[in-house]
Amino acid sequence: MLRAYTIAFLIFLYAPILLLPVFAFNDGTVIAFPLDGFTTKWFEELWTNAELHAALVNSLLVACASSVLAVLLGIAAARANIRYKFPGKTAAMGLIMLPLVLPEIIVAVSLLVVAIRILGLDLSLWTVVAAHVLICTPFAVAILNASFQSLDASLEEAAIDLGFTRGETFRLITLPLIMPGIVAALLISFTISLDEFIIAFFLTGSDPTLPVYIWSLLRFPRLIPVVMALGTILMVVSISILILAEWNRRRGLRRAGVADKGGFL
Amino acid sequence: MDQETRRGATLIAPPLLYALALLAVPLGAVLVFSFWTQDYLTVDRTPTLANYVKAATDPIYRTILGRSLVISGAVTVLTVLLAFPVAYYVSFHVRPDRKSLWLFLITIPFWTSYLLRIFLWKVMLGYNGVINSALTGLGIIDEPLTFILYNANAVVLTLSHAFAPFAILPIFVALEKIDRSLLEASRDLGETGVTTFFRVTLPLALPGVIAAILIVFIPTVGDYVTPAQVGGSEGTMIANLIQAHFGGLNDAPMGATLSIVAMASVTVIALALVWATRKLGGAR
Repeated sequence: MLRAYTIAFLIFLYAPILLLPVFAFNDGTVIAFPLDGFTTKWFEELWTNAELHAALVNSLLVACASSVLAVLLGIAAARANIRYKFPGKTAAMGLIMLPLVLPEIIVAVSLLVVAIRILGLDLSLWTVVAAHVLICTPFAVAILNASFQSLDASLEEAAIDLGFTRGETFRLITLPLIMPGIVAALLISFTISLDEFIIAFFLTGSDPTLPVYIWSLLRFPRLIPVVMALGTILMVVSISILILAEWNRRRGLRRAGVADKGGFL
Repeated sequence: MDQETRRGATLIAPPLLYALALLAVPLGAVLVFSFWTQDYLTVDRTPTLANYVKAATDPIYRTILGRSLVISGAVTVLTVLLAFPVAYYVSFHVRPDRKSLWLFLITIPFWTSYLLRIFLWKVMLGYNGVINSALTGLGIIDEPLTFILYNANAVVLTLSHAFAPFAILPIFVALEKIDRSLLEASRDLGETGVTTFFRVTLPLALPGVIAAILIVFIPTVGDYVTPAQVGGSEGTMIANLIQAHFGGLNDAPMGATLSIVAMASVTVIALALVWATRKLGGAR
């Protein structure tokens, strides 16, 4: 019975998602049953939509910049957290991890107030990047904490004893060992930034990110099938990234010689 | 300062300064802002509690804040109740080497665009939507149902779907940590399967359940997209109101006040919950 319930629950989870490809290939502008036949014209329309391409490029730029910066900050925070003892560590880590337990609208509002009312900045993709780094860093720290935790400190000590400098030890010993964690943190941060809407909605200027652009499309019924086609592509891309991340995680576990204890996150 | 402390402090400095500059300072700014008032086009910087009084007395603000908490509470209860059996099944009835595959299957739908997932619920629940088409097609109903979209129920259903994996994963982790020999001991001592569940499994899974409750409750209170898409006018929540004050209504100080009030309510509820479970755990 429990198995039947779990399968029913999975159907509930997948039901809305499965509509994406159905309506992306449906030859009609009304999103309703019965279907009107097969077409690929919505995908062709995606191909020629310049605004969409611009939004996609914006989102990719924001996601790349945010994930790289968040992972750099995450490496520093996780390393300090696992390896060193110093006064105020709990409070400092608490503040760094705080965005995990704050509703995103609060982060959006607070940065908007500072950017516009206090600093008088023009909103741009950089304000979005600054905010995304803030919300991605805790995820990067959580993943990298685990990487540094499973790192054997005696390997670093041995390298130092053998005459490596601290910089060389980090580059040649530590970095390769935590690389799977870094890749996982990059992928997670990239995906979070790419999909994030409310903060980008508050903080973008004239250049929309992809979610902000999709939001504007949702108001025009004629464009909905195009959005469905776009959604189908995004779904395929993010599932590919997810499979890549899972593969990378398992490879990391094998390399560290640890038993598989379930999925990431 | 010894070397250890200095190295740790140097490493933590960049992420800490970033969080101070882009989180602590902005939150402080919102707090200061919430005591100012909007005077048509200019902001009056005399500190006053006027906005807070308005938030506490104006029926619109009170209704929407109360509704946000009630909707999030309902979403939390529904999500955790629906998620628990799934986590239990995967932890107790799935072969160990298959567990990560099941978790993978559960998380996959949540890596499609959040906006589109919410929008797809509108497609599911709408007048010409999937559910209505199916029911009329099967001859169960004559007229499409109209009470399933643009109200608080639609918001609860959609958010429960969106936050399902965030409830399943922490409960699963807590269940995985349970030493299976404790369950055997309980059975050997004469408890039935049901009493073992309530007296051993559930108390041991409680930390996961609490984590799930917090992970679902905190972000849903501030959700903007779902009420805006499927909520209609009776499903509007606090985030929509906050956004309106920063956008069309042009009353940023009031928006700041509402943000502070929302954040304070969430924090108080979350802390009360954690405190209550500690108390409960200590009394046992």
